[in-house]
Amino acid sequence: MAVEVKATPTSEVETEQLLTGCEAIAEAIRLADVDVMAAYPIRPYDGVMQAAAKLIAAGKMDVEYIVADGEHSQFEIVKHASAVGSRVFVGSSGVGWFYAFEAIAVTAGLRLPVVAICGNRALDDPGAFGTEHNDSLAVRDLGWLLPWAETAQESMDLALMAWRIAEDTRVSLPIAIGLDGAFLTHSQTLVKVPTKAAVDAFLPKYDLGDRLLHPDNPITIAPQVDQDWLMEIRRQNDAAMRNALGVIAKAHADFKRIFGRGGDDPFIDEYMTDDAEVVFFGQGTLALPMKVAIRRLRGQGHKVGLVRLKWFRPFPVQQIVKSLSRFKAVGVIDRDYSFGSPYYGGVLYNEVRSALYSLAKRPTVVGFIAGLGGREIEQPMAQEIFDKTVAAAKGDLSVGDQCHWIGVRD
Amino acid sequence: MAVGTAPGHGTGTLPQIKGVKEVPYDELFVSGHRTCQGCESALVMRHMVKASGPRTIVLGSTGCMYVANTTYYTTPWVVPWMHTQLGASGSAALGTAAGLKVLMRKGKLKDEKINVIAFCGDGGGADMGLGAISATLTHKDYNCLVLLYDNESYANTDIQLSSQTPYGAVTTFSPTGSKRRLMHTRWKKNVPGMLAAGHPESRYIAAGCAAYAVDLMNKIRRALELGGPTFVHTLDPCPKGWDYHPQYSQELGHLAVECGIWPLYEVVDGVVNLTGPTRQIAEGRKKRKPVAEYLKRQGRFAHFIDEDIEHFQAEVDKMWTEWLIPGVIPFTIRQKDTTILNIDKKKPLHASA
Repeated sequence: MAVEVKATPTSEVETEQLLTGCEAIAEAIRLADVDVMAAYPIRPYDGVMQAAAKLIAAGKMDVEYIVADGEHSQFEIVKHASAVGSRVFVGSSGVGWFYAFEAIAVTAGLRLPVVAICGNRALDDPGAFGTEHNDSLAVRDLGWLLPWAETAQESMDLALMAWRIAEDTRVSLPIAIGLDGAFLTHSQTLVKVPTKAAVDAFLPKYDLGDRLLHPDNPITIAPQVDQDWLMEIRRQNDAAMRNALGVIAKAHADFKRIFGRGGDDPFIDEYMTDDAEVVFFGQGTLALPMKVAIRRLRGQGHKVGLVRLKWFRPFPVQQIVKSLSRFKAVGVIDRDYSFGSPYYGGVLYNEVRSALYSLAKRPTVVGFIAGLGGREIEQPMAQEIFDKTVAAAKGDLSVGDQCHWIGVRD
Repeated sequence: MAVGTAPGHGTGTLPQIKGVKEVPYDELFVSGHRTCQGCESALVMRHMVKASGPRTIVLGSTGCMYVANTTYYTTPWVVPWMHTQLGASGSAALGTAAGLKVLMRKGKLKDEKINVIAFCGDGGGADMGLGAISATLTHKDYNCLVLLYDNESYANTDIQLSSQTPYGAVTTFSPTGSKRRLMHTRWKKNVPGMLAAGHPESRYIAAGCAAYAVDLMNKIRRALELGGPTFVHTLDPCPKGWDYHPQYSQELGHLAVECGIWPLYEVVDGVVNLTGPTRQIAEGRKKRKPVAEYLKRQGRFAHFIDEDIEHFQAEVDKMWTEWLIPGVIPFTIRQKDTTILNIDKKKPLHASA
């Protein structure tokens, strides 16, 4: 009955390959020795499933690759595979992510360390393929950890960290890595692909311990608890999310030690901020056009920088406060919307304002909705964002403490 | 990977039970649940794990057998058990089976036979989760059984009608009123027949009833022994939803079969095998009882007038006289085509009806 398994072929030395964000994630799946993954087509996330299928067909990894009948099944399949001790991977985009929503909610409630990507895509209707963050952000209250990647390299690195963080018994929560559709999922850049040995040194084996569903451990998982116990169990999820901050920091430090990458801070990435008076703030690939703008503006003598958020959940309040309180004004750029929210701002905008509220001396926060549906953030838009942020820093009340849509036709 | 090499297949540890004296003594579904008096679905749960034995993982969809059955600190399950979502029984079975298979293949888990059973109600299986069950029945490399316990309504949420609620029955979504006697006029979906017809690689699909306990336990065992993805559908009389005294659950189960409303059968590697009284009726050894004997015992049909009973009888008669395979395959072919398709041998079944 048993089948002999040959060791997964691995490269002996770290290589540098031209990979898309999706292909980089597929390499991480191989390196992490994932056991079960479930696929269903929707652009743009499914590039990772296509890349993984090629690796399997080429004999480069041994994983149960299940093509599901829909996203709900996709997420249910990996949830249950995880409960019997399998390391799992799954993903989706846009409305597909929403089709799986029930399964997504219970995965966090069950405290199962499912690792997913959300290839961020605008929600229907009307249809659009491009990036918007509302798909990932819809799960922000449920107990999913939500990092966002800027580059293909960071996609792979976050994925390798994701299994370690999610499977840590102090956390035991699912993680969905945000990859901006097209800009990241389908754009090739050079990616350093580590050796299997290095990954093994970083990533321990998945061990559910006494939570394993097995005849030798006949537990009952998720019985009806009603008002008697639900609040205590919710509180445990809250504690797990709090624990995640420390676990992420340790994983980041170890990752940096072993692989030599990852930046100074696990949660935020600062660019040209040392002497900055105003900064842009955002997550994902919008860092690229904003960095171009910063270099141009600095050439004109403006003291401007960028703070990029790497982990949206858990929201790193301490790092945000420490960083942003140094500046006169912060221009928060949301690639999302939250209709009817305070000041009609985006999700990030209101989270940042909330984090800064209790500071005696806090920067003015200006909100910008930009780049929806995958629209490019072009330099004139970046200029407008900069001009308004500077005006707010100078106390212009017609600009500060409100939200502006950028690059929209009248 | 072929079915034969997947864990759990055909190890001969679950032989057919030849009589009630051979039924295992061990109870793996015990006290602690809150199901209603006379609940036949709870009996299905008990028989299910009695048949499968302790090396079993059970996944339970939302429904009566979750909400009423599995309460924190008082679980009735001796075997490992996990909740799954209403429409997720197929995916729960598949994910669990796939997880076990790969872990055993990679040497991360001891290689042994572990039965995987996911159950769902008629709402979870015949309505919301049908697509996922269908998908699972095509994944022939994974050993798992989906059991649909059918009490013919969303009985846990207040007795709302499902696609398994019989024609004309009163539910909270189909009350009887002064202007409309019948709110529900859809005929019950033929789930096991549909799944058998649509999934030729599933090695075992069956219809059972806990009123025929040994027959049901043997169907569970045969499903688990044959391996691959399999499906068993049970009809479960429900005192609360069907409106009768709890002491008559077994009797109503018998009547459903004897009236020909719920045929007992199994499809083994593509061959239909009628079982119990259904076989006796088909072979002409037993006369089918009129459906009125069944309908008049239940409050949910109390508003029926003669015309309704006649319609119900006519539809059941069609199952026996016009279906290609009585009670299983709900279409037929023209007489002149029977020779071409070589189905003359089916004639005796029709003739006996």
